[in-house]
Amino acid sequence: MMLNGPRPILFANARIVDPSRDLDIVGDLLIADGVIREAKKGIGTAGVPEGTDVVECHGKVIAPGLVDMRAFIGEPGAGHRETFASASQAAAAGGVTTVICQPDTSPAIDDPATVDFVLRRARDTAIVHIHPMAALTKGLEGKEMTEIGLLKAAGAVAFTDGDKSITNAQVMRRALTYARDFDALIVHQTEDPDLIGDGVMNEGEFAARLGLLGVPKAAETVMLERDIRMVALTNGRYHAASLTCAESLQVLGRAKHAGLKVTASASINHLTLNENDVGSYRTFFKVSPPLRAEDDRKALVEALGKGLIDVIMSDHNPQDVETKRLPFAEAEAGAIGLETMLSAGLRLVHNGEIELITLLRAMSTRPAELLGLPGGTLKAGAPADLIVIDMDVPWIVDPNELKSKCKNTPFDEARMTGRVVRTIVSGRTVYEYV
Amino acid sequence: MTIAPKSTFVLNHRHLLGIEGLSAAEISGLLDLGEEFVALNRQVEKKQVSLRGRTQINLFFEVSTRTQSSFELAGKRLGADVMNMSTSSSSMRKGETLIDTAITLNAMHPDILVVRHHASGAVELLASKLDCSVINAGDGAHEHPTQALLDALTIRRNKGRIEGLTVAICGDILHSRVARSNIMLLNIMGARVRVVAPSTLLPPGIERFGVDVARDMREGLNGADIVMMLRLQRERMNGSFVPSVSEYFHYWGLDEKKLAYAKPDALVMHPGPMNRGVEIDSIVADGAQSLIREQVEMGVAIRMAVLEALSRNLPNA
Repeated sequence: MMLNGPRPILFANARIVDPSRDLDIVGDLLIADGVIREAKKGIGTAGVPEGTDVVECHGKVIAPGLVDMRAFIGEPGAGHRETFASASQAAAAGGVTTVICQPDTSPAIDDPATVDFVLRRARDTAIVHIHPMAALTKGLEGKEMTEIGLLKAAGAVAFTDGDKSITNAQVMRRALTYARDFDALIVHQTEDPDLIGDGVMNEGEFAARLGLLGVPKAAETVMLERDIRMVALTNGRYHAASLTCAESLQVLGRAKHAGLKVTASASINHLTLNENDVGSYRTFFKVSPPLRAEDDRKALVEALGKGLIDVIMSDHNPQDVETKRLPFAEAEAGAIGLETMLSAGLRLVHNGEIELITLLRAMSTRPAELLGLPGGTLKAGAPADLIVIDMDVPWIVDPNELKSKCKNTPFDEARMTGRVVRTIVSGRTVYEYV
Repeated sequence: MTIAPKSTFVLNHRHLLGIEGLSAAEISGLLDLGEEFVALNRQVEKKQVSLRGRTQINLFFEVSTRTQSSFELAGKRLGADVMNMSTSSSSMRKGETLIDTAITLNAMHPDILVVRHHASGAVELLASKLDCSVINAGDGAHEHPTQALLDALTIRRNKGRIEGLTVAICGDILHSRVARSNIMLLNIMGARVRVVAPSTLLPPGIERFGVDVARDMREGLNGADIVMMLRLQRERMNGSFVPSVSEYFHYWGLDEKKLAYAKPDALVMHPGPMNRGVEIDSIVADGAQSLIREQVEMGVAIRMAVLEALSRNLPNA
């Protein structure tokens, strides 16, 4: 099949940013046969194979393709919200070359046959890599653990109950203990459902003024504290799915300092938005966990800079008009994010809040490492999953242009600076910005 | 005419509550005596007279087929009067406490009480309140000494020794009294013991029991002389301790492929009752390397040996 395969490409005079090697240099990068041949200063056009396309990059950034550790895709069961095909189009347009889909589908991805279905369906319809996380408990009911060994063997990259927290500590303990034997990663939403109650946004003055019930930060820290105790007891491998507040970062910091196998994600929404964005009941800013205060956002960004927060994920959650065009308390939570994650993250870079390499590490190298996936690097021999970023191009998020089936973006009409201009998956260009 | 065993071994304890506390010499003494009963049990005339006049009560608070029937047969073959009491018909069902039951039984002057109880330590508690000898037929997840002894006899008869053998005990170690008694006995007798199980079925601290711990069968069975499988209770199969029967069997069930990790002449044991297709494949359970049926035969012989050796130490013996 290589006869029909893409031609080798030399990206010349690019700013090569490879977080897996702490590399940020101006140089050239050569890909051929679906893998990265080399990335260094001065490959030049002399030493490349015959028939190589030479792309003059004029200092644009080349980075590993993004690995989005948390995106909801509606298959099976909710194809009207998103399919593997539409999600992968959105991902490609956002520079995401690997999407980790969540198991809270219908039916849930909780048995090896469903994992197999997802992988085959994604292979046949998606233009980026898609790997599923499998449910941690059967039917996402929080009671009985799933077949972690067989699911992992089938291709599940981690285990989670999606946006549901497991309230039973014994279930969590046994799952962590059992998963350890398979070196399986458990990803857990840390929110105590009883403390959430009927809360719909961050608890505090702003919620009080809007007359909305709040979700206290303690809902998150209580569950995270419990989980950390369980990790200490079991020595399992644990990832907090979505941390939002400064208090949680203290808990996380202590756990990491103690040498526990604990890592954490923050969503792009919590790193770039805060509760004030809810404004006058804007439901596109209703996410779960809720957007927190500006101090929390700043703390998250600072933690990202220190490597305390390991991963930035999109928390892509397509909701159609019917579920969003409702009074705030009744609207579904969730925002799409595959296409805007990188550009929203570049805001932090342009503002001087974090370094570009730090942003890219949290969006590619770290998630790939945690999930045991081959991407997230520009090392020779790695799959040619990479993106070209124009750091300075201005653009406006136009919902009509978004590839996702749903348009519930909190960056609706937002002005952005910088974006992916070319996305390459396994050596093939799957997206170009014109 | 009856031929009495030649061994004059006396177990100088009042009770047999566990393997803990027994010496290598005492275990060997019991195995030697058991060996003689194996031969006697294969004769037409099996009746002995050494327990004539003695009263043996089998008090089972937990249902049992093979242990209870083999204790009954053992007692009868030695000439004792054997009475079976099961909890379904006893006053325990009417709310009587364990201690009151002990006092009641004591008034009947039994010589030997064989007890199984679902709570760890319950047999020892009973023994402390009774004047007769007490044999532990299994207490909770604590000890099951006669099972370990019959396993040892089975191993010794087939391998000629216990010392130096590598024994892999696989499965639900956490809830198993059989595992605990076997680990102790095999260590006392100089075998190398491995336990193989998912982490959810291993008790915390097991690595300090003098065993090597493996989480996978390939590693755990590698070079083993004996593969001892344990029963997985039904209520523990579906999501609480392991996800499902199919996953458990896939990773920890003994089939021909996994048995091949052990030595070519490795032998397979199981205390019963087996869950075929859960912890063991039928082909292995019924195969040439299986000692499972022989274990049952050894059960009667070893229980006769225990009754005989304990009774030799009874007052006015």
